[in-house]
Amino acid sequence: MTAMVESARPEALAPATRLDVDRLLADPDIRVIVCCGSGGVGKTTTAAALGVRAAEEHGRRTVVLTIDPARRLAQSLGLAELDNTPRRVTTVRSGELFAMMLDMKRTFDEVVAAHTDPQRAEEIYVNPFYQAMSSTFAGTQEYMAMEKLGQLRAQDEWDLIIVDTPPSRSALDFLDAPSRLGRFLDGRMLRLLAAPARTGGRSVFSLVTASFGLFSKLMDKILGAQLITDLSGFVGALDSMFGGFRERAEQTYRILQAPETAFLVVAVPEPDAIREADYFAGRLAAEKMPLAGLLLNRVHYSATQAIDGPTAIQASERIRAEHPVAADVLLVHARVLARAEREREIAARFTQAHPSVPIATVAAQPVDVHDIDGLRAIGAALAGS
Amino acid sequence: MPTAAPPLPARWPARLHIITGKGGTGKTTVAAALALALASEGRRTLLVEVEQRQGIAQVFDRAPLPYEERAIATGYPGTASGGGGEVFALAVDAEEALLEYLDIFYRLGRAGRALQKLGAIDFATTIAPGVRDVLLTGKVKEAVTRTVDGRRVYDAVVLDAPPTGRVGRFLNVTAETARLTRVGPIKTQSEGVATVLRSPMTAVHVVTLLEEMPVQETADAVAELQRLKLPVGSIIINATQPPLLRQGRLTRAEVRRGLLAAGLPADREVVTGLVQQAEAYLERQALEDSLRAELTALGRPMVELPLLTEGVRPSNLYDLARILLEAPAPVGRPG
Repeated sequence: MTAMVESARPEALAPATRLDVDRLLADPDIRVIVCCGSGGVGKTTTAAALGVRAAEEHGRRTVVLTIDPARRLAQSLGLAELDNTPRRVTTVRSGELFAMMLDMKRTFDEVVAAHTDPQRAEEIYVNPFYQAMSSTFAGTQEYMAMEKLGQLRAQDEWDLIIVDTPPSRSALDFLDAPSRLGRFLDGRMLRLLAAPARTGGRSVFSLVTASFGLFSKLMDKILGAQLITDLSGFVGALDSMFGGFRERAEQTYRILQAPETAFLVVAVPEPDAIREADYFAGRLAAEKMPLAGLLLNRVHYSATQAIDGPTAIQASERIRAEHPVAADVLLVHARVLARAEREREIAARFTQAHPSVPIATVAAQPVDVHDIDGLRAIGAALAGS
Repeated sequence: MPTAAPPLPARWPARLHIITGKGGTGKTTVAAALALALASEGRRTLLVEVEQRQGIAQVFDRAPLPYEERAIATGYPGTASGGGGEVFALAVDAEEALLEYLDIFYRLGRAGRALQKLGAIDFATTIAPGVRDVLLTGKVKEAVTRTVDGRRVYDAVVLDAPPTGRVGRFLNVTAETARLTRVGPIKTQSEGVATVLRSPMTAVHVVTLLEEMPVQETADAVAELQRLKLPVGSIIINATQPPLLRQGRLTRAEVRRGLLAAGLPADREVVTGLVQQAEAYLERQALEDSLRAELTALGRPMVELPLLTEGVRPSNLYDLARILLEAPAPVGRPG
């Protein structure tokens, strides 16, 4: 953190209002903060940095739910590893901070256990379909992240829950996956497939019997008969839980819409990340979910406005023979200016589309965050102090 | 169809090039540039994407692609007279691939569409993600091995694959389907795909930036691919810039003298700002040097591509294609 590029920050992102991160973290009515955005923008680090600041500066009993952190992040919090239970972070100077990492499979197991009797649960756990779905189904991670959030909120042990969202391919997955999985689990196809198991091979769904016969034959052909048997068994065992899944998905959805929840969209000034952020801001508005602001990571600033890029490049050529070091210093300056300018243009795509969304920025760090001091510095930068 | 195309460039001998990398490293740009490079000297190249992101259309500044192979560009050097072959592009959709597959193997015709209406196709490709991946890679394999009148339709195929975090599972098709089914056509299909993916005709290239997380993921991906016995090709370092301040000592006095000599403002504030900026640059450069050394230690051929300061434009892709073509040929065997 030694050589953070300082100063000259006002020229960036002038039109937008500055997000007051401290006020958000201190607000007792805010109980859940959801950090979302595309992969690789520093979401997990941001969530952890916000957690450290909420605990240390605002005395809030905070838990950070991360999805898939680098081992380094666990270490930076002073934890050997993160698991499915909140663990106390002892490296904070004051306040209470807990951290945990989502264990998708175990969380799914818990959901199953909560909705059925132990014998049924055992049947479900050993079914190859359950095993495949609980570990690889596209959307399971998103669904289980929301499930875990619901559990933490229901425990009511925390002043503030900070959630890092899964590295979804697109923001859409994060919002849609829970309902998609819910729909899938109590969907028509599953019931169709379950039917033969329950009625001795004859479908009771008269409307679609013809299609189903074809479908069933096809699935047998493509996937093999054993697979259909496993699938029917899986569906039969899950049958009792169908309603439960949908209900829970809807409950979590209501938490996300509640005024006690604040969404923060995390991005970097790169085209893909800004496109996702723009999309997400629009989507949250459409879902009536409360967007608190945009956190823009890895922003580059030039050290001085006194020399512009073309001037620096021309001067560099003129003095190169006599002053090679100064010539390179001017080229470094030209590169930083060009980068800052490009980032400003990219970020403007967001501010033009969402002029009322406040923004907080963090200057690019020469090296990644490795310890709690690094997280603290990020938190301070976000808060603008 | 033109007369027989020349052999593939010595630097890129595989016929199926699979491009992965951490999200945000520019793998679609690299895949597009490599397709242009391979299409030089009249070779026909197919560029495929499988994640429904329409990344290829964006890179070439075109309207979204349908599930259909269509010509999108002419290979390096970018003019027909210069001998560039055609680059075709295809955005594979798992549902469409399944329908096509059903049609070929079961002559399903309209019944397939009826199943689609019922949600069966979505169901089948959702319940088992492994099945979806087999369909996607199966389509790629089909394109690589397709022949008309005894001649290959494509001389080379470039796949813009899922990012490093998912690529192992995506390419390890047999393991994923074996968990679900021990017999049947899907199993046969996945075995055929696996044979091609593990053969010398394939190379998996990893795109990275000189940043900590992408380099870490590159090392993880190379290890995973090697464990899965998938042939690892090159490491492609994207968005590099020529180094500055390699020589001489950075001091305030020297910067001030240079500024004065150039007739530029040289007050305290400007000098301090420029020196701090240069120090941050040097710290960053030292980190990049150590990251480059980590990548070298992975023992794969490397190639560096320059940062496109004005963003990716179709015309810049040819510059990248030229660099890829002119990179020195790898020494040693792939894998």
